[in-house]
Amino acid sequence: MRQRHSGVAGRAVLVLVLAFVVVAALGAGAGPFAALTEAAAQTADAGAGEATGAAQANGGGAPVVVPPKLTAADYPRIAGVNGRVVVWLVAQLHLWFAAFVLAVPIFVFIIEAIGMRTRDRRYDDMAYEFIKVSITAYSLTAILGGLLTFSLVLFYPDLFRYLSSIFKESMFYYALLFFAESATLYVYYYGWQWLQGGFRKWVHLTLGLLLNAVGTVLMLLANAWVTFMMSPAGVDSAGVYSGDAWAAIHNFLWNPINLHRFVANIAFGGSIVGAYAAFKFLSATRAEEKAHYDWMGYTANFIAISALLPLPFAGYYLAAEIYAYSQQMGITLMGGIFAWLFIIQAVLIGTLFLAANYYLWCGMGRSEGAVRYNRYVKYLAIVIVAAFLVWFTPHTLVLTNEELKALGGPYHKYLGPLGIMPAKNTAVNVMILFTALSFLIYRRANKIATASWVRAGNAAQVALFASGILNIFFLGIYHGYFTNTVYKVAASIPQVLTTLIVIIASTVIDSLMYRRAREVAPLRWGRVPPRAQYALFLLAVAFTWLMGLMGYIRSGIRQHWHVVDIVRDNSPDAFTPTLGYAANVVSVGTILFMAMVLFVFWLSQVSGTKTHAAGYWKAEGA
Amino acid sequence: MKNLLAVTAFTLLTVAFFAGFSNYGIPQIEPAPPPKEEKLDLGAMTMDQFVALGDRIFNGRGTCTLCHNAVGGRAPLLDRAAVVALERLADPRYQGEATDAESYLHESMVKPSAYVVAGFGKTGTNDTVSPMPDVSSGSIGLSEAEILAVIAYLQQIAGTDITVEIPTDAAEAAETAAAGEAEGEPRPPYKTPEEAISEFTCGACHKVGSEEGDVGPDLRKIGAKRDKEYLRRAILDPNAEVAKGFERDLMPTDYGVQMYAQELEMIVDYLAGLK
Repeated sequence: MRQRHSGVAGRAVLVLVLAFVVVAALGAGAGPFAALTEAAAQTADAGAGEATGAAQANGGGAPVVVPPKLTAADYPRIAGVNGRVVVWLVAQLHLWFAAFVLAVPIFVFIIEAIGMRTRDRRYDDMAYEFIKVSITAYSLTAILGGLLTFSLVLFYPDLFRYLSSIFKESMFYYALLFFAESATLYVYYYGWQWLQGGFRKWVHLTLGLLLNAVGTVLMLLANAWVTFMMSPAGVDSAGVYSGDAWAAIHNFLWNPINLHRFVANIAFGGSIVGAYAAFKFLSATRAEEKAHYDWMGYTANFIAISALLPLPFAGYYLAAEIYAYSQQMGITLMGGIFAWLFIIQAVLIGTLFLAANYYLWCGMGRSEGAVRYNRYVKYLAIVIVAAFLVWFTPHTLVLTNEELKALGGPYHKYLGPLGIMPAKNTAVNVMILFTALSFLIYRRANKIATASWVRAGNAAQVALFASGILNIFFLGIYHGYFTNTVYKVAASIPQVLTTLIVIIASTVIDSLMYRRAREVAPLRWGRVPPRAQYALFLLAVAFTWLMGLMGYIRSGIRQHWHVVDIVRDNSPDAFTPTLGYAANVVSVGTILFMAMVLFVFWLSQVSGTKTHAAGYWKAEGA
Repeated sequence: MKNLLAVTAFTLLTVAFFAGFSNYGIPQIEPAPPPKEEKLDLGAMTMDQFVALGDRIFNGRGTCTLCHNAVGGRAPLLDRAAVVALERLADPRYQGEATDAESYLHESMVKPSAYVVAGFGKTGTNDTVSPMPDVSSGSIGLSEAEILAVIAYLQQIAGTDITVEIPTDAAEAAETAAAGEAEGEPRPPYKTPEEAISEFTCGACHKVGSEEGDVGPDLRKIGAKRDKEYLRRAILDPNAEVAKGFERDLMPTDYGVQMYAQELEMIVDYLAGLK
């Protein structure tokens, strides 16, 4: 009877929570939510009316927001603290955690669905462990979000007032959605064991879907505020906003950033969970534990790499759109000092690809059957390193006079024909193809295909890779060196399509060919050297540092503008810092983030530890 | 605990490698500081100084060399721009209104699509739209005097005569006041209040007639609340008395220069009649 009551109460709570989430997610166009929005808007107007750059009432119409014209005196200096560095670090930390907690539910949902389909409990357990890691991180995300708002209000009050006057509705809905996200996440996590089997499992999976939907909307809203600062819309040339909130949200760079962040979040989230699995693997003492965390680490690496492969394409789309929005901003991005940041990026991307491949190659030790393929590994390594070096070669630099003098000329001394974009596009496509090849070889490690058409299938795969690579080289060389400047990057889209076709077609062939494959030797999870776990850690640290660097570039190309062409940054920190300075801030942020992440890992470790305190508690019945 | 220390040390080493490479593996260039909004003392400037100002703007604040350089090939080189200007004017593709090299160079900076050099147009526009921004607005925001200085610089590097004159402060003010008017010819007065209100773009900020501007007060029934004297003063000296709920300095203060007396009175009469 007691159990039945708790079941009914549980369902009631579930229905209430779901209703709340649905109402909030639909935007609550009427009723108390709309009234609250109006009240918040009026409060914002009243507060903003006293300062420059404020929202103005206009006799009954929508409030008009005029951008502030700032002077150095408008930026509070508090206790000698550098406001820019504080906001930079806090924003970046918030973003790292937000990316992690938004990404994990995406692949948890997929893994849970796979578990439901295969009825393999291991998937369900692994999905549960993934979401467990993100729960503590979720609290940190919220704390850092609050700290970011607080920092912006303290150090950039006029800019914050201008932006919040424009985005007050979306900020209000953001807060509501955050409640919805929290409620859904907690029901999803704490209800995991409760909502098992049959219809309940479907309810749980639906909650996972809802969690992802709400999380994605949250990200889209926050992205709008950021991209508005890069490509303002819904305002006139003087920055006066007259109330078209959708135009301000749907600005030119909103969708390119949305796509890029969505894919990058998954890659980043996978890498952090991979680091968790690596940490647990290294700490594990029992063989079953090691096997479990080895499998978890492999899955996390698979997720990270699956998202990493299309990421350069999403990045290319974003850069092209920045260029299309403003040629000046595009050249600032790819020329001058920011071009050197892409050399650092090349080192990081090279690290990611090498670490991911190295992990796969180490993993081939899980089966004796892999010895057949070991001899190919060195060739894969050579090609990937060569492609990395091409990417690493500095681009032709477009510089200001001052920069030219500092550099001693427009060319880096090692700059050659490999520095131009078609060569880099060719290199990255080759790197991606060979990473895919590494994965295909890993999949075959402990199997022998029994299909009658194995020879034909293998030949088709070889032909696909060979013709694909030839096509990529032809496109890169022809467009890069035998056409004029305007057509130099015309090769990029057909190159990307070639890469995608080769990967998809060869994976389909491989899957069909190995459908009823015979196992040569068992795959022994847990039989992987500890250094492979450090490769997973390297992946996580490199991803984190890379995100920090690219975040700086995205923000830095605004140069001395808070909102491009609208609100000029007249603070003493309006200058673009040197690369070393920026890298040091990113490094400090990465160390802080990794310290918090290790704290989260450690918490998960101690939460499963029970100490038997003999003699401490009164004996039962005493 | 041992593993925690090991992964911590590994993390620190990795971060140190990335930071070390960024600090010591690539050149540390000090980026140019943000451009200053300097006050020009045009009255005391010689032509050499004016050309030097153009040089500084061209290679600095104007950000011209981001695209117009020999390395990137993204925009035509300008070392002979003042020489080829006349050829461009004779080109059938030319869409502008310039009549000589100086006005061509000016136009190419503020209306860059008037003539797009073949191969340098926006993708898909068949060289009819230039990707170059108007240098007098947006983040570049050059003043008229600065644009003239750049023209003087371009004329000098091309080896042609420098035809621009250094504007005096007074001349620049007069030029600004006359902006939009054709070649110094006085414009004919507007005939109706609706035409005048439309031409002076009152509706961009006010609700008046069919216009729905909302930066300034609603004028649709202004005659019921304000007399002619108030309305006249509000147009000629808008900051003298600002309507409650609105900010100072938003309305232009030069309507006294822009409007003819008969236009002013026509608008005042019209507004006073709105009840």
